Amino acid sequence: MITEEEVEHVGWLARIEIDRSKSKEYAEQLNSVLDYFKQLDEVDTEGVEPTYHVEDLVNVLRPDTVTESLTQEEALQNTEHKKDGYFRAPGIM
Amino acid sequence: MAYNNPDGVMIGLEIHVQLNRLKTKMFCGCSTQYHNSQPNTHVCPVCMGLPGALPVINEGAVEASMKVGLALNCEVTDRTQFHRKNYYYPDLPKGYQVSQYDYPIVSNGKVVIEGEDGELVVRIRRAHMEEDPGKMVHMGTIDKSRGTLIDYNRSGMALLEIVTEPDLRSPKEARRFLDKLRNILEYLDVFDSNLEGSMRVDANISIGGGSRTEVKNISSHKGAERALIYEIMRQKNLLRRGGVVTMETRHFDEARGVTTSMRTKEEEHDYRYFPEPDLVPLKVKDRTSRLLDTLPELPDARRDRFVSQYGVPEMHAKALTSDIKVADFYEMVAEKVDPKVAATWVADVLKGELNYRDLTVKSFNVEDMVKIIQMVIDDRITDRSGVEVIRTMLDSGGIPMDIVQQKGLMKAEDSVVSSAVDEAIKENAAAVEDYMQGKEQSMNFLVGQVMKKTRGRADPQTVREMIISRIK
Repeated sequence: MITEEEVEHVGWLARIEIDRSKSKEYAEQLNSVLDYFKQLDEVDTEGVEPTYHVEDLVNVLRPDTVTESLTQEEALQNTEHKKDGYFRAPGIM
Repeated sequence: MAYNNPDGVMIGLEIHVQLNRLKTKMFCGCSTQYHNSQPNTHVCPVCMGLPGALPVINEGAVEASMKVGLALNCEVTDRTQFHRKNYYYPDLPKGYQVSQYDYPIVSNGKVVIEGEDGELVVRIRRAHMEEDPGKMVHMGTIDKSRGTLIDYNRSGMALLEIVTEPDLRSPKEARRFLDKLRNILEYLDVFDSNLEGSMRVDANISIGGGSRTEVKNISSHKGAERALIYEIMRQKNLLRRGGVVTMETRHFDEARGVTTSMRTKEEEHDYRYFPEPDLVPLKVKDRTSRLLDTLPELPDARRDRFVSQYGVPEMHAKALTSDIKVADFYEMVAEKVDPKVAATWVADVLKGELNYRDLTVKSFNVEDMVKIIQMVIDDRITDRSGVEVIRTMLDSGGIPMDIVQQKGLMKAEDSVVSSAVDEAIKENAAAVEDYMQGKEQSMNFLVGQVMKKTRGRADPQTVREMIISRIK
């Protein structure tokens, strides 16, 4: 069971502000989703290899060869928050 | 003598090693040569986490990680994969770090170091691959930060996080472990320790079976030793005052040499690790035997070879092989002159003079070392003059022969020394008499007189022997 506190905590982890008046409603909705998925627990998976990835592929690798990078202008073109070639974020402590 | 670890100190280390000898980053083809470059010039959609960009694993990083694991006597995991470790911080552009979780690439290894009381086996729990975050620059002072600037050039650099079991029992052992690990990594040619931020250490410390604290932000081997000394003292003082050590993460303040509590709201389970869907699993264990064949001679093996091949003492062999560049330098010198004499000059003299000046062996060349040693072997200069030549070259440059000539270091001819000895005895009868009466200092005076007459170009020990044989 997901509690209202957990909803708020997960919201904080995701940096999403959760309106206090809504956390009860969200908890109920999340619990109903989880209950729905619980049906999967009823399937007998004894002796079945876990699915690690939906594609049946392994070892997709690239050689250690340099490819071209973006220019500084290209790297910064999607932001307004920049200074001296850097991205600029609020002060972090 | 057995070390009984009076405070029951247990230290485990987590070492983040940047695989900076690779040409490209972990999941994209951006060059790793970003040091001394303008910010955000070695970046692409993958390492900046732009929507839709797809990472592809660098095969070189996988094999370098396996080589490190094999050199640390680890087992390679049969099927290994990447996970997302989710947290928000401006240096992490995607909002998650691609790392490994329950299937690290290698695990269960060991490294033997010189412990407090002889050989100590340090078990390696695991080593896993991950990507480095970007680099943050704080504007203004840290208290009144006016913003943070971010450079993603480092973002996506291949890291290997090596985790030990808590087998280390003192700050000194922790430092020795780090020195040995760095040495092994440099022998493997996967790592250059001279680059900024190339090795970062977190340390877990507990005493007397109590709770452990984790100290983060240690950026040097010396720093690790200092941080651990401080943290052990802090825990001991706390216990002595009747307090309890609580499990927490602390930050090492390098400038002040102290650790301070970092209140973090995030716990391990808050990282919400889940398999990275953009990357498929790795099955690379079958490469083990090929990679084992490509492993270079490692420090311990090279040390043993130096003892058997060159007949140098264990102590010298250790000193010479504890830095690959010094070991290579020595072998080139030993090809040209007597290897035992060369070992003394490189391990004792040159290494000491370099350390004193904070220089590396790159500052000296093999041919010059050979010339100096050869002059000593041929008895053309004294040991002391040999040291003086090395010091002069390190301080102000020049070539050995010129320095010997400019400073008049060439040993005096035997006949010159011989007559200087005769003169000194004749001119200082009183001192000779005093020496015969048992006054040892008088001999130093007599030797000094001969050195003066030969302008320091005689070997003091030989002069002493000559005087004694002539007055008895």
